[in-house]
Amino acid sequence: MKKILSRPKSLKDTNLSYCPGCGHGIIHRIIAECIDELSIKEKTIAVAPVGCAVFAYDYFNFDTTESPHGRPPAVATGIKRTNPDKFVFTYQGDGDIAAIGMAETVHAANRSENISIIFVNNANYGMTGGQMAPTTLIGQITATTPFGRDTKKEGYPIKLCELLSTLEGSVYLERVSIHNPKNIIITKKAIKKAFQYQIDGKGFSMIEVISNCSVGWGMSPLESIKWIEEVFIKSFPLGVIKDKAI
Amino acid sequence: MKKLLKGNIALCEGAITAGLKSYFGYPITPQNEIPSYLSKKMLEIGRVFVQAESEIAAINMVLGAAVTGARAMTSSSSPGISLKQETISYMAGMQIPALIVNIQRGGPGLGNISASQSDYFQAVKGGGHGDYRIIVFAPNSVQEMYETAYDAFDLAEKYRTPVMILSDGIIGQMMEPVEFNRIEKKEKELKEKDWILNGCKNREPRSVKSLFMKEGILEENNIKLQEKYKLISENEVKYELYMTEDANIIITSYGISSRISKSAVKLARRNGIKVGLLRPKILWPFPYKIVDSLAKRNVKFLSVELSYGQMVEDVKLSLNRKCSVEFLGKAGGELITEEEIINKLRTL
Ligand SMILES: Cc1ncc(C[n+]2csc(CCOP(=O)(O)OP(=O)(O)O)c2C)c(N)n1
Repeated sequence: MKKILSRPKSLKDTNLSYCPGCGHGIIHRIIAECIDELSIKEKTIAVAPVGCAVFAYDYFNFDTTESPHGRPPAVATGIKRTNPDKFVFTYQGDGDIAAIGMAETVHAANRSENISIIFVNNANYGMTGGQMAPTTLIGQITATTPFGRDTKKEGYPIKLCELLSTLEGSVYLERVSIHNPKNIIITKKAIKKAFQYQIDGKGFSMIEVISNCSVGWGMSPLESIKWIEEVFIKSFPLGVIKDKAI
Repeated sequence: MKKLLKGNIALCEGAITAGLKSYFGYPITPQNEIPSYLSKKMLEIGRVFVQAESEIAAINMVLGAAVTGARAMTSSSSPGISLKQETISYMAGMQIPALIVNIQRGGPGLGNISASQSDYFQAVKGGGHGDYRIIVFAPNSVQEMYETAYDAFDLAEKYRTPVMILSDGIIGQMMEPVEFNRIEKKEKELKEKDWILNGCKNREPRSVKSLFMKEGILEENNIKLQEKYKLISENEVKYELYMTEDANIIITSYGISSRISKSAVKLARRNGIKVGLLRPKILWPFPYKIVDSLAKRNVKFLSVELSYGQMVEDVKLSLNRKCSVEFLGKAGGELITEEEIINKLRTL
């Protein structure tokens, strides 16, 4: 009998402690597979900040460093500028990348740092108990928008790919989702392409992965998948937002 | 051969000679000579210079560079140093060595750009959140800016800790001759460290963090840090004594104010006042035992600072009420003068 599927070498052999139905496990696996397939495990240094990303250190089977909330693009800049031969990616939530860390994100993109960002957009602050995030949808109920996000008070969901696409320095920006097998395959293709771009020295890439947070959203895992399909990706259209290298 | 340099530039030369690989900064007076100088020099010698989008970004770039084992630094002045504190705390917890330079200005708030020593508490008592300390150097000449920047990296790596040079606008911007008395460190001799992130080739993957969620682990790490701080306190105290043997007044003073204090001591001696000077060259660890050893009967202490009374608290702590401790200081305007010091000495 031939084994056709096994645990990627870049994932540790341990159980994940994410909530039932959470998308992080799938995204971790996709990243690990890409790193294995590109044979870059031994030169990878990953940066993970606070948020549900704090668990990543325990699961990824390559070098990882912590970063303060929102600062991974700066930390990654320091690593990559000092070690251009290493492979450097960040793994960040929406609060991290688009609220507290917006300046670091914009300027890393603008300098076209040769790094890859995996941005997990789950439309809320998962780790701290489901508060409003910059990407929370209009009308979405969260722990801090009990009456639904009101644009008059809380503004609009930030579409980070589109925002960064206006900068000369951003090279490759794509929004993908992991709510079904077809989109998981697209997500893997996008992440692998972003990683390849870094290997080829093309500059700044960010893949925004729409992911579910069933516990944060107060839904069952199945309901959360349906919500991504019927609501979330209607506000955050999937696809390549920018690919300067084509 | 000596060369006439500004303090800020001498500091850059010391850091480069020590093998500085990466510099990250953000403009603020009175430290602007540092990024300006390094923006050219670092590129010429094939090293890294980045003007960051903020002090917060700069210190996080330092974290990134330093976690890979490279010698990295940032510099700023008071308000910018306040912004860096969260990450300095992370680096203390993660045990990442790096150099942070504070060319102090007047505060609080935006204050002004006059020479000031008002960030003493922030520098020596922790600065950010959590139980940690960093080694704090207080050079008082351009020569010492050069030497301290060089030596700072060795101590930072020896103890795996962020370290700070606490200076001020006058030392940073004045010119003095510098003797280049340190030997250039090559990158190769610096790389051998068993905790750095450089890719998991032929070894287990590593993770550098300050997060310790599992039960008991944070306390364990805190105890390790405290043991390290104890070791630093025992081994790294550094100070200068000047005419203290027969003195019945001891001035305690550091950095720019120690220079004025030293000339005041000379002048006062000529006027028959038996005064001496204790100058900490390192502010943390503070020379508690040395201060205490000077505490004889009828000896008084006077702490002279460009602040409204910060280091004086550590002098008092050393003495535990054994001697009377007076204070002379101001901040945000003119320097203290020798005359002011002597007038104060006459009242003691
Ligand atoms: C400076 C700072 N502010 C706030 C926090 C608390 N905090 C931890 S995680 C988090 C939000 C994370 O949300 P997000 O980035 O969207 O990631 P998720 O948890 O959803 O994966 C916050 C605010 C912190 N750790 N540090």
